[in-house]
This record gives sequence, structure tokens and C-alpha cells, in this order.
Amino acid sequence: MTYFRDVGALARKDLLLELRARDTLPAMLLFVAAVFVVFHFALPGTPSKLETTGLLWVAILFTALLGLGRAFVPEREQRTMDGLVLAPCDRSAIWLAKSVATMAFLVAAELVALPLYALFFHPLGGATVLAVVLADVGICAVGTFLGAMAVATRARDLILPLLFLPLAIPIVVGAVGASVVASPGRYLGFLVLYDLLFAVVCWASFEYVVAE
Amino acid sequence: MSSPSSPTAATIPSVGRISLPALAATSLVLVTTALAFVFFVAPNDANQGFSQRIFYFHVSIAITAYACFAAGAWQAFRHLWKRDSRADLASYVCVHQGLIFGTLVLLTGSIWAKIAWGRWWLWSEDQLVLFLVLFLFYCAYFMLRFSVDPGSQRANLSAVYALFGVILIPVSFAAIRLAKNLIHPVVFTLHGPNFGGWILVTYCIAQVAMLVLAYTLYRLELGSKRLDVRLRRLREVMA
Repeated sequence: MTYFRDVGALARKDLLLELRARDTLPAMLLFVAAVFVVFHFALPGTPSKLETTGLLWVAILFTALLGLGRAFVPEREQRTMDGLVLAPCDRSAIWLAKSVATMAFLVAAELVALPLYALFFHPLGGATVLAVVLADVGICAVGTFLGAMAVATRARDLILPLLFLPLAIPIVVGAVGASVVASPGRYLGFLVLYDLLFAVVCWASFEYVVAE
Repeated sequence: MSSPSSPTAATIPSVGRISLPALAATSLVLVTTALAFVFFVAPNDANQGFSQRIFYFHVSIAITAYACFAAGAWQAFRHLWKRDSRADLASYVCVHQGLIFGTLVLLTGSIWAKIAWGRWWLWSEDQLVLFLVLFLFYCAYFMLRFSVDPGSQRANLSAVYALFGVILIPVSFAAIRLAKNLIHPVVFTLHGPNFGGWILVTYCIAQVAMLVLAYTLYRLELGSKRLDVRLRRLREVMA
């Protein structure tokens, strides 16, 4: 149970930092709204539900990428990564806490983005909302892990999308499938499988990412 | 590995039991035999005719690329598990060879698609789309590796990312199958390969030839990379 207490403490730290500095969340909200407007003009006329569903997922993925890119920036700027690694807790707790905090930002952004999408384009079904939640888990688990890798490189922000997008393709397939077909069970199941598989791998191998 | 001041540093260090010239000769013979079989022995396909012969190379190169990626992940795992620093270099060389063969899969697949379906690129072709995803993924591996300074951290990051690759292969494959309708000819089914006779023999020769060729290239690159490392150490000692 101390493990989850550690995770809670670390996640609280990130949320508190965001609450005081307000760096990430306003940027994500503004970005996703701007992306919707760009999409409206990129697809003139009245685009079909199939097309706008694809656009919704592109918007979610890129908004998430914005948040993920910022996830480890405070640790780098304040040089707190060494302190976190030396703290007497399991190192995977750092990853889990970061994922939880990033997911909180992403969900907050989507609480605005999804109604906005429904207002601008087409109403959303229950399966789409469920797919958003499941996709968020996968995006944050894998993305946070890769974010930790990216801050260790010289290229930093440049390299995260390159590392992340090929790994996010299965999420897009599952999520778009769940949003457009009549019986989305298979696609939602696939998302659950993806989340579980990659969460376990990230959890088990995070130690090697932060260890010197 | 011998000490950095070893006087034999000028030769490519041996990394396996079979000597490199013998391997090179074997792969030359095998690739020539495979070419001869593909063009002169294997019969024409009833549906696609002569052009179907590219399949012998397309499929065997694809399987070789998978083997390289799997070997790269295995060496990465060994590096993380046993802290074997030599495994890091071996993993990198495997992934590099895999990327080379992966690019060849994209090229041969594209040619096949053009002849069989009249278009250079088909999103409905599983293998091609999967290899495109893998191509992007492993190119990012090189970006990652070359933007970290050499050392234990670079080895760790590369190893973890290479391990992600072998998980991504089946997951992406499942995703691509989920996403599309099927028009790609399925060569292997649950009842074994759906071909026989000379076709099977030719395919097996081509497959073995590609695997031996990949292994030869792997040994050559690994040897020269190790020589490089040794040379750098020597220079540091001299400086």
C-alpha cells in the first residue's frame, strides 16, 4: 500500500504544480479548440460523421502529445529528476504518478473538447466516450514512458512525436473503429488489451529509463 | 574482448564460430542458387504468371526482417537482464539489418502491388502497411539512439525501445487486420503452406539464402563496429 501512497503523493505534486503555474492545461484547451476550427476550414461544406470522427481522434492525439511533451519539463528545468530517482520509493511509481497526472490533464481537456466537437460537428455516442477513456489510458501510459525517454536525449521535444506516433497507431485503429461501427465490442476489447499489455511493459521497464 | 593495447587490433575481430569468408561464400552460393531456382525451376503461377516469382524474395525478406527485429529484441533483453555491454552493440546491429531488410520488403511489396493490382501502394495490404509502421518505429529508434551520448543510458534507452518493437509487431498486425478488408493473398494457413513441389523447394532455398545473407551482413557490421570501438579506446590510450 505504501506504493500507492507514493504514487498519490507524486501525482498530487504534479497537479499542485499545474494548479499554481497553469502551464499545460490552458495550452491544451486552446490548442484543441483551434484544431477544431482548422478542421472546419480544412473540410469545407458539411463533412460526414466518418470524416469528423477521424478528425476528433487526430485532435485528441495531438492534444495529448502537447501535454506529454510538458510532462517531464518541470523535472528537467528544476533538476528534480535526480531527487525523484533517489527517493526511497519504487521507480515505477514515478511513471505511474506522471501518467495519472497527465491523464488528469487530458481528461480535463476532453471535458471541454468533446462537447465542443458535438456542438461544431456531430453528436457523440456512448461507445465513443468509452473509447476516449480507454484510449486515454493507453496514450498516457505509453506517452509518459516515452516522454521520460525523450527528456534524456539531446533532441528532447523534437523526438517525442517520432517515438510516440508509431506506437499510437493501434490506439487510433481501436478508437476510430469503436466510434464508427455498430457493434464496437471487438474494438473496445482491443483497446483494453493494448492498455494492459503496454502498461505492464512500461511499469516493468521504467527503471531502466531513469537509471544511469 | 582483448585488451585495448592488443597488437592484433588491425584485423576485424571474430564474433562467431564460423569464419566470415566462409559465411560470405555460403551466402553467395545460396543467393545464386535461389535466383536460379526462382527464374528457371519454379513454375509460373496460374493466376499471376511470371510476376508472382517476386513473392519468393518478398516473403523470405519479410521473414528475415522479422527475425532480425526479434534477434535485436533478444539482445536488448540480454543487455537489460545480464548487463552485458556487448549485447547493446549486437542489438543495434540486428535492428539496423532489420531496417535494411524491412526497406526491401516495402520496395518488393510495392513492385508486386503495382504488377498484381496496378497501384504502387495499397492500404489494404497487411504486410506493407505493417512494415510501414515498423519502418517509422525503427527509424525513430535510430533518432533516439543518435541523440543520446554513448554510455549506459543510451544502451538502456535503446534496449527498452527495441523491446517495445517486438510487442508492437503483433499488436499492429492485429490492429491492421481489424482496420481493413482482406485482399492480400494468404500464403500460410492453419493447414500449412498452400503450395507444394518445386514452389516449396524454391521458397525454402530463398528463405535460407536470405537468412544466411542477413547473418553474414550482421557479422560483418558487428565486427567492424567492434573494431571501431577498439580503435577509439586505443586512441584514448595513446592520447
